[in-house]
Order: sequence, then structure tokens, then C-alpha cells
Amino acid sequence: MSRNSDNRDLFPGALEIMILQSLRHKPMHGYALVKHIQQVSDDLLQVEEGSLYPALQRMLREGLLQSEEGVSAKGRPTRIYRVTNAGIKHLERELSSFGKMFDGITRVLAFSQS
Amino acid sequence: MNPIPRLFRRTRRYSDIDISVNEHIEERTDELIAEGLPRKQAEQTARREFGNVALLQQRSREQWQWPALESLLADLKFTLRRLRKSPGFGITVLLTLAIGIGANTAVFSVIDGVLLKPLPYPQPNELVSLWLDAPGAPGLANFQNGLRLSPSMYFTFSENNHSFQSLGVFVPNTANVTGIAQPEEVHTLLITDGILQTLAIPPALGRWLSHDDQDPHAAKRVILSYGYWQRRFGSDSSVIGRSLQIDSQTCEIVGVMPRGFRVVDRDFDMLVPLQFDRAHVKLAGFGYDGIGRLKPGISTAQANSDVARLVETWMHTFTNGPGTNPFYYRLWRISPAFRSLKQQVIGSVTNVLWVVMATVGLVMMIACVNIANLLLVRADSRQHELSIRAALGAGRMRIARELLIESLFLGLTGGILAIGVAYAGLRLLVAFGPANLPRLSEVTIDTRSLLFTLAVSIVSGLLFGSIPALKYAHARAAAAVSANRTVSASRTRQRSRNVLVVVQVSMALVLLVSALLMIRTFASMRKVDPGFSDPAHLETLVVYLPDLLVTDPIVVTHVQNEIAEKIAAIPGVTSVGFSAAVPMEGNDPNWDEMSVEGKVYPGGEPPMLFFNYVSPGYFSTMGTAVAAGREYSWDDVFGLRNNIIISENFARENWGSASAAVGKRIRQFKSMPWQVIIGVVQDVRHNGVNEKAPETIYWPAMLQSPYTHEPTIDGPRSVTFVVRSKRAGSEALVADIQRAVGSVNANVPIANPATMQDIYAKSMARTSFTLTMLAIAGAMALLLGIIGIYGVISYAVSQRTREIGIRLALGAQKAELKWMFVRSALVLTIAGVAIGIIGAAALTQSMKSLLFGISPLDPLTYLTVPFILVAAAALASYLPARRAAGVNPVEALRVD
Repeated sequence: MSRNSDNRDLFPGALEIMILQSLRHKPMHGYALVKHIQQVSDDLLQVEEGSLYPALQRMLREGLLQSEEGVSAKGRPTRIYRVTNAGIKHLERELSSFGKMFDGITRVLAFSQS
Repeated sequence: MNPIPRLFRRTRRYSDIDISVNEHIEERTDELIAEGLPRKQAEQTARREFGNVALLQQRSREQWQWPALESLLADLKFTLRRLRKSPGFGITVLLTLAIGIGANTAVFSVIDGVLLKPLPYPQPNELVSLWLDAPGAPGLANFQNGLRLSPSMYFTFSENNHSFQSLGVFVPNTANVTGIAQPEEVHTLLITDGILQTLAIPPALGRWLSHDDQDPHAAKRVILSYGYWQRRFGSDSSVIGRSLQIDSQTCEIVGVMPRGFRVVDRDFDMLVPLQFDRAHVKLAGFGYDGIGRLKPGISTAQANSDVARLVETWMHTFTNGPGTNPFYYRLWRISPAFRSLKQQVIGSVTNVLWVVMATVGLVMMIACVNIANLLLVRADSRQHELSIRAALGAGRMRIARELLIESLFLGLTGGILAIGVAYAGLRLLVAFGPANLPRLSEVTIDTRSLLFTLAVSIVSGLLFGSIPALKYAHARAAAAVSANRTVSASRTRQRSRNVLVVVQVSMALVLLVSALLMIRTFASMRKVDPGFSDPAHLETLVVYLPDLLVTDPIVVTHVQNEIAEKIAAIPGVTSVGFSAAVPMEGNDPNWDEMSVEGKVYPGGEPPMLFFNYVSPGYFSTMGTAVAAGREYSWDDVFGLRNNIIISENFARENWGSASAAVGKRIRQFKSMPWQVIIGVVQDVRHNGVNEKAPETIYWPAMLQSPYTHEPTIDGPRSVTFVVRSKRAGSEALVADIQRAVGSVNANVPIANPATMQDIYAKSMARTSFTLTMLAIAGAMALLLGIIGIYGVISYAVSQRTREIGIRLALGAQKAELKWMFVRSALVLTIAGVAIGIIGAAALTQSMKSLLFGISPLDPLTYLTVPFILVAAAALASYLPARRAAGVNPVEALRVD
């Protein structure tokens, strides 16, 4: 089944890595997640809501995340997302390939500059 | 993840999504309020920033769905809900479809079973039917299919050919079986070696008949059909080796053929070996059906040229007896015209079946057009809704898909209902179909028929669905939402419905023209004098006296005479006679040459004439008028007086008139005595009313055989008795006749009782069947056409009420208004008629072979049908038009 219609910001997998990394740090609800990424990236990265929620549902379905009932800072009911073990494993695999790709890109860029 | 529990957990997921999203927006609102925005504005900004909430929720949910399938299901649910709200529409459409598709499936099943499926034998494409062409044979034009084989040809061809694995000849016959219970007449097939090898179906029990069994001196052996074995022996497998008395001869049962086995298209009770005496067979005797199995890779053309060279061999090897010239047949120019066995089996019904298929297909298309029209009206009334949906962002595809789903759903549901209709229709077809429809036993509703139903359902669904879908997918949002305030209907909206009406009228015209042509054909066939009268009061039945029961041919005639007298004594019987063959049964006792005294024939050979053998009283019983002279008397018959009776057309050809022929002389061969013409009888349509009456020689029931060297007395052993009685057709009369026959000889059964009316109707079955089918289809087409026109005009009236009101207010006359609507209907009808006439002129050419006495361009038909259609259209449009004229302008203009 093709599910690639999701608009993954930056490049494929980037949003996913950021979500997993953020949630590994601390389970959060959706809005907090947006805020977190925005703050940590010094406003450089703005997560689109239109992409975030479908991505969260997809990761839930794939078993990378779990959701549980919780309350927001203001005491309203919401859903808290937490990374599963499978999610952590997936993140590590993705990070290592991401790292390799990043290395590669850096080297190529360095070469053409010199 | 397992899809099933996923479905159940989904509802919770959906509410999770909603909760998350709501929280998100509220949190953002709080934040904005904290930044100093008023609450209302903060809420709006938060929502705007978030984007399309509904869409996002949808996207998120889709992570848990199969989106394509589920939106289909949702559309389907919606369709169902809408159909439930207008049951009248749903029922109309489904009924139309069920009948339309059902009729198509039924006819397709017949076509598939009869025309398309291969014959039920292994490698059926190797099977050929052995017919010969003989363009030089005088009089042979009367044989519709060409020339069959003679026994000597069977020997020559089977022994010397290089192209066949096997070949053989067969001939249907009847036999009297005695010694089981009641004497019984059974249907036998006399077969030579090679028939069973050609058909290649192993026996269910025992063995095939072998080469040795056809030795005339061998013991008699037979094979039973499965049905006869079940009926008479209760499927007892110890039957092999047992004996039967067949025509008073002891025969051993050596095998039983499997269920459903037929020789070509012939059912039989028993297979009996043909035991030709090779030393005594003659060149002539072309009465045997031949079939053969080609060697792999050999074409029919190759087999033709292979056997063509054997025709000479045949004339060199055999003779017609001393003093005859075997090379006489060179004049006939005999050449093989083998054809595939299937083609032979199917024969002349091909045309009828395709015409019927085309007919029901056309009716189906008309029905689709009507449904399309209904759907257009329905979609029209949804214009507003569809436009709103378009405005809210529904894509064209999405709207078109929904409309198509509705029509596909209708098509498929109609298709399911159609299966029931098809079952009923098939029974009807089989009951009313031409009696000689071949392969009828192979006609069933099977997977192929069901696939056909499915295909028709889908295609028709797409057909009538695509018209509204194409139209409304383009419905522009803007035009829409502002309600429908135009005063008259937009032109494009009306136009597609108009085109549909034109199409419908033209198809109805084609069907009505075909139906009327068939009615005229039937009428002109009924007008033909068949050469006998009041057939409903003529009972016919066959009596056969085999060699072993009555050996002496003179005694045979005496027994027949005695039977005739006993039958004549039955109360209510007016008169009795018999002949070797009655008209229209497809039975030709003999064809041979006949020369007129003093006449010189070009080429030296007189033409072949049709021979029948009749008893005294036969013509008066049949109601065949004696044009001049008299009938035979029993004194003529037993006195062997060399008297003869001829048909009027033969008399007129040779002597100018019937009365001039009486007293003149004719003879068969030079070696035979002259025969004096004592009577001339009215022409008889022996091959059916649509075939010319053959020139006929009526020999007496007992005569000196022209075919033996020594003078021999001969006469037909199997004769059809004709009995004129008010009681004809009753079981009681048949029982009385059986008793009368039994009182003469207890071992003689009677066979095939039928009234002459049955035989007459059967010979017209093809025409009356086509007529019935076309008439039903034509009536349906006319009705659908009227409904179509009525629908379009009355919808136009309802849409234009306000316009009518304005016109009336401005002083328009009511008559003018009515005429305006009727005129628009007539314009459409005339356009349809014009197109239809062209179509009918082209299509009815293919019906030529089904017509009799009229041309496919019969002017009366082509005037009547358009007149009927125009009158029907005027009526169908007048009713709604009257409603238009009755509009009250004040009320019309007050509407919203």
C-alpha cells in the first residue's frame, strides 16, 4: 500500500527522525511537539500541522510510537505520544544512515568548494 | 498489523485524533490570547494557521484505512440511501435491467451452446462432414445441402484416402423391438465402421462395434444408448452379452454408450451396424450421412482434393448393374465439398440466432438509453447539491465517480436479478424455439453465461451512467450555488436528452421494421396453399413392417391395405390413406430420373424428379385436389397396371395443362415399361411453404422395382398413415388406431403420432419463432420509446412552467403552446425515423434468408412503421403538452 502522499518536510524521513528524537527525550502531546522542535531549532524549523498529525498516526500504526490519554499543561484532555522500543531501534538505524548520508553530502560539498 | 482488529480499534483512533487536534488548536488559542489578541480573533487565527482541520483529520484517519476502498463503500452507502428514498425509480430501473440483461443472457446462452462452443468430442476441429457437390446432377438443386454418400463411395473413400484417420457413414432408422414387454418402436442409427472411431468417445460399458460386425454374414450386434439402457434394463451392467429381438432378428448387446453421447446431432436408442454386401453395392444410393476425422495437420481443402481423385476410382470399381454406364456420373461433376462438422450441425439456425441476439441487444440499448434519461433527470434535480459539493472542493473525478458508482450498482444488481430472468427466459426459448434447434441439450446457464451477464451489467451500467457522469462532472461551482432561477431550461441540459430520444426512436424503428417484415413473411406463408387442407383434422402416424416380420412385399401391401381398412372402420374416421412420406417432415423417399414419351432431353439425360409412393384414398384424405383424371384404386395397385399420377407443375411443364397430361406416357428407365398418366394432382409444398413445390411422380404403393435385374415386386415398408377425423390429435384416437393395427398384426407398433397441423406448424417454427421474438422486442422498443418521449416532454414542460406562464400572460394561445411541445417531440421523432430508416435498410439485408414473399425493403413496412412511431410520439407528447396549456399563469409566476 502506498502511503507516500505524506509531505515529509526537508527530505524523506527527516520529520520522522525529529519526532522520534524529540519524543525519546520526553513524551509529549502534539502541540508541545511542534513547540519543542521550533524552540530547539531556534525557529529554523517549523513543523507543518498538516504533516505532523498524519505522520504521528502512521508511526503509531507502524508501532514506532504509543499514545496514551493525558492532560495538557492547561488541564485539558489530550493524547501523549511516547517512543516504543521498536521506535528507538528504528531511530538509531535511521540516525546512522542519516549520519552517513550527511557525511557524504558534506564531503561532496567540501570538494566542490576547494 | 492484522487488518481485522484494526478495523475495531479504529473508532478509538479517530477520537484520539480529534482530541489531539482540538487540544492543539486550543493551546494555540490560549497562546495567542496571552499575546494580547481578543478571544474571538485568537480562535480564528489559530484555526487559520492550522489549516483545513477536516482535511487534516481525514488524512490522519486515512493512515488507518484503505482509502480507495472505503470511500467507494461510503459512496455506495450514499447511493443505497438515495435509492431507498425513491423506490419507484429504483424498481423501474432494476426491472428494466433485469428483463433486458436476462433476455440477453438467455439468448447468449443459446448462442454459446449452439454456435460458439466446440462439439463435445475430442479434438473437434478435426471432424468434418462428408458432403459432395454435384452441379451437373439434373434436379439436384432440390437437395439443399448437396449430395450425400452412397455405400460404394463409403468403401472407395474409406479404403483409399490419405487424409482421414477414420471415416464412416450413418443413417437414422427405426426398428421394432419385441420380446421385452410391449412391442416397441425404437430410434436406431445404422452406422458403419469408422463412425465411433471418428467421434472417439469410449463406451460406458462393453465395446464399440468393430470392423467385423459389419460383415453381412456376421452375427448381429448392437450398442445401446445410455437412456435406453436405463429405461429398459434399469442400468443393469450384466446386459452385455444379452440378446434382443430387433425387427424379429436376434441381436447381441455388446456395449452401452455414455450419457449424453450423440452421433453428430442425433439421439438414438440403439446403434446397429450397417452391413453392406461389398460385392453387391451399386454406385447409386446417395442417402448416407458421412463424417470423418482428419489426420492432424490436414486441412479440409487437402481432404477435398485427396478425395476428389477417388471419384474416378469409384466409377471404375462399382456399377449400377449390367447395361448401365458407370461413367454417367461424370456428367454430374461430383466433387467433395467437405465442411467442418460443427458448421453442418448448426446449419440454418445461425442466422435466426444472430438476428434474435441483435434484437435483444438493441432492446437492451434502448432500455439503457431510457435509464440514462431517468438518471439525467435525477442528476438534474441534484444539480444544486452537486454544485455545492464542487464548491466545497470535490474534484470532478470524485463527483463523476459517485454518479458512476450509482449506475454500476444499479447495473450489477439488475444483473443479479437478471440471472433469474435468464433461467425463465431460457425455458421459454427452448419451449418456443425452432423445434429443430440443434444441440439444445448443450444449452445451459454456465460460467460463460454468468460472465457474459457480468460483462453486460457492467457495460450497461457504464453506458447509462457515463452520460450523466460526463455531464455533471463539469458542473461548474459558480453557476450552481445561485439557485436555479433561469426561466427556461438551459439548452445543453435539454440537448443530451433530445439526442437520447432520437437514438431511441431510430432503434425502435429498426426493431419494428424487422418485426413487421416477419409478420408479413408469416402472413404470406400462411396464404400459400400447401397442397393439403384442414391439417388440424389429419392424424398421421408411421407403421413399419420389417423384412423378417413380413417377408413377401406383396403381403406387405396387403397388410397395409388391411390396416387402412381397420382404421377406416374406427368411429369418427372419415377416410384413410398412406404414403411413403407426408409433406414437410423432411423425408424424401426417392429422387430419380423420369422421361416423357417423345421428348428429347438436352445432354440426353432427363431431369431427376421427386418420387413418392401413395395408396388409394391418400389424396382425398389429405385434401390434395385432383386437377384431372383420378386417384389410384386398389385394383390399380394390385393389378400392377402401369398407371401413374403426377403433379400439376410437371403436367403443365410438359403438356401445357393438367387435363392434357391424362393418358400421356412416361417411364423411368429404357428397360422399364411406359406408365400411363391416370391422374394429375395439385402441387404440394413438400419441403415447406417457403420452398417451391417439387415436380413429383406419385407411384402406387406397390410396383415393379426398377432397381433389380430380375422383375421384382416392391413397395415402401415404412409408410405414414393419414387419417381424417374430427378426433385427430386425441389420445383416444391414437389408442384406437394402435388397437386397429394390433388386430392385424400384434407385433407391429405405431410411431410418431402427430396431426398434420403439428407438422405444418413445425415446418414454420423458424419463422414463427423469429416473428415472436421480434414482435416482443418491437413492442418493448415501442413502449420504451413512448416512455422516453413522454418523459422528455413532460420534464421539459415541468422545467418551463414559468416560461409558459409568461407566454400565456403575454397572450399566447393554448393551442399554439400545445403544438410547441408536440412539435418538438415530432422533430425528434422524425430525426430518429430518418436515421432509423437508413439503419433498418442496412440491417434487414441480413434477414433476407428469413423472409418469404417480400423484400427487405418492403415499401408497406417502411411506410407503416414511421407512421406508427410518429403517431405514438404525437400521443406521448400531447399528454404533457396538454398539461402545459393548462398552466395558470398567475400561479406559475408566483412560484418561489
